[in-house]
Amino acid sequence: MPLLHAVQETCGYVPPDAVELIAKGFNLSRAEVHGVITYYHFFRNTPPGRTVVQVCRAESCKACGADDLMAAVEQRLGIKAHETRADGAVTLEPVYCLGLCAQSPAMQVNERVFARVTPARLPTLLAGVEVLA
Amino acid sequence: MNAVTVFVPCDSAALAVGADEVAAALTVECQRRGLTIQLVRNGSRGLFWLETLVEVATPLGRVAYGPVNPDDIAGLLDAGFLQGGEHALRHGITEQIPFLALQERLTFRRMGVTDPLSLADYEAHDGWQGLKRAVGMGSTDLLHEVTHSGLRGRGGAAFPAGIKWKTVAGIQAAQKHVVCNADEGDSGTYSDRMTMEGDPFMLIEGMAIAAMTVGATEGTIYIRSEYPHAVATMTRAIALATEAGFLGDNVLGSGHAFHLHVRKAAGSYVCGEETAMLESLEGKRGIVRAKPPLPAIEGLFGKPTVINNVITFASVPVILARGAQFYRDYGMGRSHGTLPFQLAGNVKQGGLVEKAFGLTLRELLYGFGGGTRSGRPIKAVQVGGPLGAYVPESQWDVPLDYEAYAAIGAVLGHGGIVVHDDTADMANLARYAMEFCAIESCGKCTPCRIGSTRGVEVIDRITGGGDKAQQVILLRDLCETMVGGSLCAMGSMTPLPVLSALDHYPADFGLTIDDRQAA
Repeated sequence: MPLLHAVQETCGYVPPDAVELIAKGFNLSRAEVHGVITYYHFFRNTPPGRTVVQVCRAESCKACGADDLMAAVEQRLGIKAHETRADGAVTLEPVYCLGLCAQSPAMQVNERVFARVTPARLPTLLAGVEVLA
Repeated sequence: MNAVTVFVPCDSAALAVGADEVAAALTVECQRRGLTIQLVRNGSRGLFWLETLVEVATPLGRVAYGPVNPDDIAGLLDAGFLQGGEHALRHGITEQIPFLALQERLTFRRMGVTDPLSLADYEAHDGWQGLKRAVGMGSTDLLHEVTHSGLRGRGGAAFPAGIKWKTVAGIQAAQKHVVCNADEGDSGTYSDRMTMEGDPFMLIEGMAIAAMTVGATEGTIYIRSEYPHAVATMTRAIALATEAGFLGDNVLGSGHAFHLHVRKAAGSYVCGEETAMLESLEGKRGIVRAKPPLPAIEGLFGKPTVINNVITFASVPVILARGAQFYRDYGMGRSHGTLPFQLAGNVKQGGLVEKAFGLTLRELLYGFGGGTRSGRPIKAVQVGGPLGAYVPESQWDVPLDYEAYAAIGAVLGHGGIVVHDDTADMANLARYAMEFCAIESCGKCTPCRIGSTRGVEVIDRITGGGDKAQQVILLRDLCETMVGGSLCAMGSMTPLPVLSALDHYPADFGLTIDDRQAA
């Protein structure tokens, strides 16, 4: 797994071509490596958008309006959860708990976390994401 | 005149509300005014509704200001906050803020006080006392101390730590492991994250004591990928502690070797289950193992392994430093010591409350939490994470104690408390519990893998109309199968939130009195 983390850190995802190399290196079958990559939510086998937006969907954030927040983000980005926009600018993912539950709802834009988010703050938080042409 | 010391937290909960921007604004504005300050990036005090909580060292003690935004800085400086001056955001001496003053912080006594990565700070605040005492003790005495303290696993299962350690200590093996479960996936919990970001040496000290007790030389901390700051701080702290001789080939000159590593998880909730975590650490899919063999006997790579949660290990240094009896005297019944409760969700004053077992949910919700953030009445409180029961108001006076909670069909779990106001739809939350189980199930046990999806469908049929009574019977039957037919807590505990919602809030499922009687 440390290797998969390293590959994803460098490439943004684990490219299908890498699977065979990794399997050979560890003396595993390709199926075993594929199984590990697809088991964990964190690993991707397709390239993500240039910005990755994650909105927490766990109970604590749900108690503070995370469902409305997700809807507002979806509307603003023009994509649904789990989708990458056709122009490759942005990927939207649900996430289960960022550990900021005392200041719900929380979201993450690339590596930056934000807490006590309201739909009104979205224009500022998502300012770096290119608008849909 | 000496430079005034100002504290701006670097905990990710503070960063998430702009602590870095506050620190930058403070530095710039002080430079502009020709003021010299010494800026310390401390951990968080755990008073999250006040973050970013800026503290100023004064002769009377540290004075708190919060929540501070970058554009408040100029006004604060005008008000003379570097001398503890009056301001609308001033909360007085930090330690006298009731939320903090009323706590019993044993494990978290350094939290927010020190610079997390300063060895000098750690040492000056009673750091390494436990480990130093442990060096002079034999394994038998150490085991006695931990067992006598009454410390139980803080991850949720509440298994006595001393007994687990004794099992590992009693086995002859060339290699033993100590593994720290820092896969804190429960919604409403953040005490592990705070520990790793705010007082990482405490966790290192606790694990080193465990290693010494059982004779392990290798240690691993398995941290969630959702916690990048914790991964970074822990990694750095391990390097510093190794350099200073608290880890490595010869821990504090004792002759014991203990090497510690960080492993990053990959977003699977079920890997918080200890055997799934072991699989994950071995580089495989995080599928739950059947027990026996117990991990204490055949754990990581088949070797005897002590596995505990972050807070369990973090509680050990104070037990060794102050003595088992000191720790044991806190709490009630068979729940000794303290638990860091984490107030979360729709709560006015969310944050970490470390208290001895035995206080009530009502005290936590209103005494510390101050009610809901929305100002509406509290409807339901989920205690113990996403697999914990929804506790209705009629049970808020039950003492928070492992056995008392078990008696009402609930759990304390990892101490997470998520508050919902009266707008919450409990049928929707019950459906969500099943949905979450369907997403996160590792797939090993059929009732969990398939039952969770069927559960979502049955709840939809209950709320959608039709023969409700018949569907409720079906849902109860399904839950019974999940409880009895799953290896781990994922499948066997998902019914807790589902059934507690159904039992205590039947109206949300559209059930009439007749339906309930029929079911």
